Amino acid sequence: MASDDLWVLGIHMTKFGKHPDKDMVDLASEAVLGALADGGVAMTDMGVIAAGSLMAASAGIGQQLQKQLGQTGVPVYNVANACATGATALRVAMMAIKSGEADMGLAFGVEKLSGAGLLTGGSRKDDSGVFTPSGRYGAVAPTDGRIGTEIMPGVFAQIGMEYGHRYGGTSFELFARISEKNHAHSTLNPLAAYSKRMTLDEIMGDFMVAYPNTRPMCSANCDGAAAAVVVSGATLATLSLEQRRRAVKISASVLTTDPWEESCQILPDVNTLTRNAATLAYEQAGIGPSDLDLVELHDCFATAELVHYDNLMLCEQGGAVDFFESGATWRDGTLPVNVSGGLESKGHPIGATGIANVWEVATHLRGEAGPRQIDGAKVGLTHVIGLGSACGVHILEKSAA
Amino acid sequence: MAKQIPLVDYLVLGDHPHLVAHECTSCGARYFDRRNACASCGRTEFSPVEIPTEGEVRAFTIVAFAAPGIPTPFVAAMVDCGGTSVRANLINVPPDPEHVSLGMQVRLATEVVGTDDEGTEAIGFGFEPKEG
Repeated sequence: MASDDLWVLGIHMTKFGKHPDKDMVDLASEAVLGALADGGVAMTDMGVIAAGSLMAASAGIGQQLQKQLGQTGVPVYNVANACATGATALRVAMMAIKSGEADMGLAFGVEKLSGAGLLTGGSRKDDSGVFTPSGRYGAVAPTDGRIGTEIMPGVFAQIGMEYGHRYGGTSFELFARISEKNHAHSTLNPLAAYSKRMTLDEIMGDFMVAYPNTRPMCSANCDGAAAAVVVSGATLATLSLEQRRRAVKISASVLTTDPWEESCQILPDVNTLTRNAATLAYEQAGIGPSDLDLVELHDCFATAELVHYDNLMLCEQGGAVDFFESGATWRDGTLPVNVSGGLESKGHPIGATGIANVWEVATHLRGEAGPRQIDGAKVGLTHVIGLGSACGVHILEKSAA
Repeated sequence: MAKQIPLVDYLVLGDHPHLVAHECTSCGARYFDRRNACASCGRTEFSPVEIPTEGEVRAFTIVAFAAPGIPTPFVAAMVDCGGTSVRANLINVPPDPEHVSLGMQVRLATEVVGTDDEGTEAIGFGFEPKEG
């Protein structure tokens, strides 16, 4: 192992779902203690802490955790970066190690979102007073629902529909079948918030949120946390054979934002920055999409999964529909995608998501995924995207030790 | 006739209602919001440009569930107006997938969206099917 490589030494995720009796610090503590135990290390070994939480970063969730698990005085970075928060926290810990400021670091992500409902979109009261233009559009009244939609299910519905307009072949049923796959995968994941198989009829007949996304085609708001201990190759070389054997190499770590494109301020462009991130990640890792054994990508909505097959170059440009139709992305296909059940079933506690997907891939690379193990998995990719936008891609490889 | 005010400042009312964008004089990027600079090239000079009132639906969704107070269902869309993308609702069309389709040809239409305490009407815009 090269001394400047970075490795996941320990990693853990809580069960995602409803945790009414646990607060955010409880959930984060469970994930962090799990990751430390998994790596055979302690809080006193951590030279840096990156704490990801969209809702609690401004409340100093990192220091709140320290006050329960160990006030060691090391730097804490509280991180919020939309749905890429967890991946960003992981990168912050990695950058501290890469810069030489720390040999080993901790990243965690946590959120409590059970019952949160829509996370975006403005409510509206009766118009009253005197119309006065305000804001960047000189609006005299709220525009959500009057000039398009701000809710995520509607934004991502349009993103999937735009792909269909450009390349053809999409339909309500096609998007529902992507959801059917992920719900089927979730039946093997005991940590998923929802692990019930759903038929295509059940998915299509469920409550419509924003056509073509019905409720089970939307990511599930839930509670959860995930944590990872990251270590430099030089430090890992000093650890035990067992620690080296189970360590997972981070072959690529990339964060991008969206470069300006003609329509990107009208409908968020989740495509360009994901393609850019994937291109950089494949370069960093020195591998191509055909080398991947499994992918955990950001299926915040069924309509999003389709476009990311293309953006991550898992298929030819414009070929995402055919790629899905071939069965490739089912767990017994040529390139399984979201064998965890994805955000639609496993759940999407935002800050935790970008570390939990690394846990999923790492667990397969270690050969410890139990009944849902992808046999012989050696290389995997994780992807998250937060609107605004931020995209995180990580490529992970099995240890040769 | 009641006094009228546009819902947003980039909607121009009158005999020929249309949208107007800020166009970067350097690279041609177009924006509907108040600008600090151009996100494409970084320059700070803009000139107003009239947006074509006809276009093609490039993406849509039918929102059935929204925040409190927002009437549903409604059709939210991205419309390509001669190369400039516009966010808008599709109006004067039943909000169902049988009547709304990708590639549909549409034109700008206005409607009253509210009235304030002085009786001034806020005029919003949407796009309606060109045929029928």
